[in-house]
Amino acid sequence: MVGIVSYGAYVPLRRLGKGTQGWRSPNEKAVAYYDEDSMTMAVAAAIDCLGDMDRETVDGLYFASTTGPYKEKLSATTAACAVDLRRDILTADCVDSLRAGTGALRMAADTVKAGSAKKLMVTASDCRLAAPGSNLDQIFGDGAAALLIGDSDVIASLEASYSVSNELFDFWRVDTGKFVRTWEDRWVQEEGYLKVIPQVVGEFYKKYNLSPKDITKVALYGNNQRRHGQTVKKLGLEPEQVQEPFFTTMGNTGTAYALMQLVAALEDAKPGDKILCVGYGDGADVLLFQVTDAITNYTPRRGMKTHLAAKTIFPSYQQYFGFHHEGRDPDAGGGPSASALAREVPDIYPLRGTKCRKCGTVQYPPQRVCTNCHTKDEMDSFRLSDKRAKIFTRVLDYAAPVPGYEMPAVDLLIDWECGGRANFSLTDKKPNLEDIPMGMEVEMTFRKLLAGGGIHHYWWKAMPIRESWQEKEDN
Amino acid sequence: MAVGTIKDQTAVVGMGCVKFGENWEQSASDMMIDAAYEAYEDAGIEPKDIEAVWFGSTQIALGEPLAYNLKLDYKPVTRIENLCATATDAFRNACFAVAAGMYDVVMALGCEKLKDTGHGGLGGGGGGAPGTMLMVPSGGPFTAFSRMANRYMEHYGWTYEEFKPILAKIAVKNHYNGSLNPKAHFQMAITEEQAINAPMMAWPLGLYDCCGVSDGSAAAIITRADMAKSFRDDYTLVKGVGLAVGSRQGWLQQSYDMVHMEETIRAAQQAYEQAGIKDPYKEIDLAEVHDCFSITELVIMEDLGFAPRGGAPEYVKEGRFQLDGDLAVNPDGGLKSFGHPIGASGLRMLYEIYKQMQGKAGPRQRKNPTLGLTHNFGLNPGSGVGSVTIIGQRD
Repeated sequence: MVGIVSYGAYVPLRRLGKGTQGWRSPNEKAVAYYDEDSMTMAVAAAIDCLGDMDRETVDGLYFASTTGPYKEKLSATTAACAVDLRRDILTADCVDSLRAGTGALRMAADTVKAGSAKKLMVTASDCRLAAPGSNLDQIFGDGAAALLIGDSDVIASLEASYSVSNELFDFWRVDTGKFVRTWEDRWVQEEGYLKVIPQVVGEFYKKYNLSPKDITKVALYGNNQRRHGQTVKKLGLEPEQVQEPFFTTMGNTGTAYALMQLVAALEDAKPGDKILCVGYGDGADVLLFQVTDAITNYTPRRGMKTHLAAKTIFPSYQQYFGFHHEGRDPDAGGGPSASALAREVPDIYPLRGTKCRKCGTVQYPPQRVCTNCHTKDEMDSFRLSDKRAKIFTRVLDYAAPVPGYEMPAVDLLIDWECGGRANFSLTDKKPNLEDIPMGMEVEMTFRKLLAGGGIHHYWWKAMPIRESWQEKEDN
Repeated sequence: MAVGTIKDQTAVVGMGCVKFGENWEQSASDMMIDAAYEAYEDAGIEPKDIEAVWFGSTQIALGEPLAYNLKLDYKPVTRIENLCATATDAFRNACFAVAAGMYDVVMALGCEKLKDTGHGGLGGGGGGAPGTMLMVPSGGPFTAFSRMANRYMEHYGWTYEEFKPILAKIAVKNHYNGSLNPKAHFQMAITEEQAINAPMMAWPLGLYDCCGVSDGSAAAIITRADMAKSFRDDYTLVKGVGLAVGSRQGWLQQSYDMVHMEETIRAAQQAYEQAGIKDPYKEIDLAEVHDCFSITELVIMEDLGFAPRGGAPEYVKEGRFQLDGDLAVNPDGGLKSFGHPIGASGLRMLYEIYKQMQGKAGPRQRKNPTLGLTHNFGLNPGSGVGSVTIIGQRD
């Protein structure tokens, strides 16, 4: 039986909403911070999805996005490396289409069905930009989903899938462009989304001899709240059959959108539920899942619920726009050495230190001669990205190379609970020194450092435990 | 294992030191030449009398430019780098060569031209991309030393309101001493209020808790002790040299408390043992220590045994380290007043001790000093290079 073994999601902490100066929409939207992008969100969602599962058992990773970090360079390898998967795995990017998320999901299921992999990770993430202040800008949000597809122990089996290809310029971005473009709205909606979805879903029902009554819940991509609602009506669905689409709390997260709704639907699912996932963009994908008994023993992830609840309102729209326009010379710090990166990446991206076989001392960065007992070359590689730590000392740094809205930066020495001490920046920090006491618990998060030399610098930072933001008031 | 002693084997018979500062009109070559020729003149020697040179610099990665600038035809020149202890280590190796009997007259010279680099601070940190050796995520030296300040406050239970004035007193003391020194970069006194209210750099360290960046050069002529009298009567004797290099234990191991600098303690142990010093607070008259940041000087007081553990703030409050205190610390104004041209600082410190021993320190002169100390600490709390040198009056 092929289906979903595990799910995960990531919604950035920061939201534009009431309290954001210059934000005109009544809705909230989730926005990737200056050190986040589609790569870092994909990694966060994949790690959420994996929980404490054995990462050695994953046979591949598909990375879906319209906003990957490179035009030429595989993103799936970077993500697989950060997630700390094996080397002998299948990696591919599904890019340049809103439908890449559901497309990657179907391809992953087919890959597993074909016997090419037993477990395959699908990540979908996007942070699409529209012209500042435009209607699309108010609709778009940032986020990521991850689904582990496998051939056993599935919490939801893939029962049927159906796809239609439809060449259409309704939403697109030219290869040199920063902003998503669109055509006249009535034509875009009525000849595109509102027409295609009912057609394709109808054809799907017909093919598999199903009707709307057979479906427990639909995770339906929507261009915006109004068009999503109109389509629901056209599909003949009752309100309880529709997954809440998070238009008012997160925004349309592009490639990740349908999959994030699927994750949310799974969070509330019971054995026997039938969940329809509908992706849109240059046509449509329809995937029907049936929830199995295994879901009753499944440990819920942070997923959509925790990530949506853990939030903080960003104070300024103008500063948000600055996330994507660094207020410094991007090459000021120079770039990393490609050859040094190649050498160090196996330790840096998965955040691996070493643990001495003789005395057990954990150390980061990786050492050959033990700092404690001085034994040489008796080290085991040791993953630290999934270990929690406590703050040993912290510094409010008023002259760090970070954007002005991040000032003062926070520099940390952390002591991991498993042993080992290291120096990291604190991101997603709370504003006051009192909120960052000595001994505070932190977790690791994969983030983008300021770029230089045309290479995105990814490394790890520490952040407050995400759940600690849940009780916080909006302001 | 034989660790010997350098005590009373070598003497300093001449020194030179340029005015430190933003020496826009002087190249590194100019400063080297000025420092060397002041030292030659002070020792009463000709350039041809120099038999070998140890040249300290972090930015000038070659020894050859020194030979070229000073036209030391075919003499051995060795360039030394050892972080903030660079100049002191050049001096240390020069002393060893003389003590070994290899040479009679040698020179140690430190020079740094930082102001041509385009950096306003000491640099370091700044991005820390993967693919770099250190992977330091943010900030520069003030960030690293602020870590120690935060730890010190936590460890001993100091609030900011109580602790900041202690740090300010250190800055005020060193700036006052610098105001009396025509060779200092900043020759101005400051008030405690100024220090407390200055812009924050890395909490709790503000602008006046941090040393400046400047250009400078200093040089020492070293001879065999038994020959020193033939150069001058008021020579000084080297009593001990200590150097300790950390292996980043404090960055890797959770046991490090970050309220001391082990490298300073170890270097001091070596130097005190050679010099036969039992009670440094009582025996040492004046000390030039590495006040790159006010917190560093505070912790150094404890690491050198000038104050009990956790007791330095009280000693600072009581003014024990002022020019007229029990033990004058940084009588020339320290890094606070001179800035920190890394490869020159150690010999600039020695210059003050040497002049004080000779009674030539002008308005800063202490009464009959007999034993002085210089100290450097390079890199960051948790791991670095510590050096301690003990200098005494001639017997």
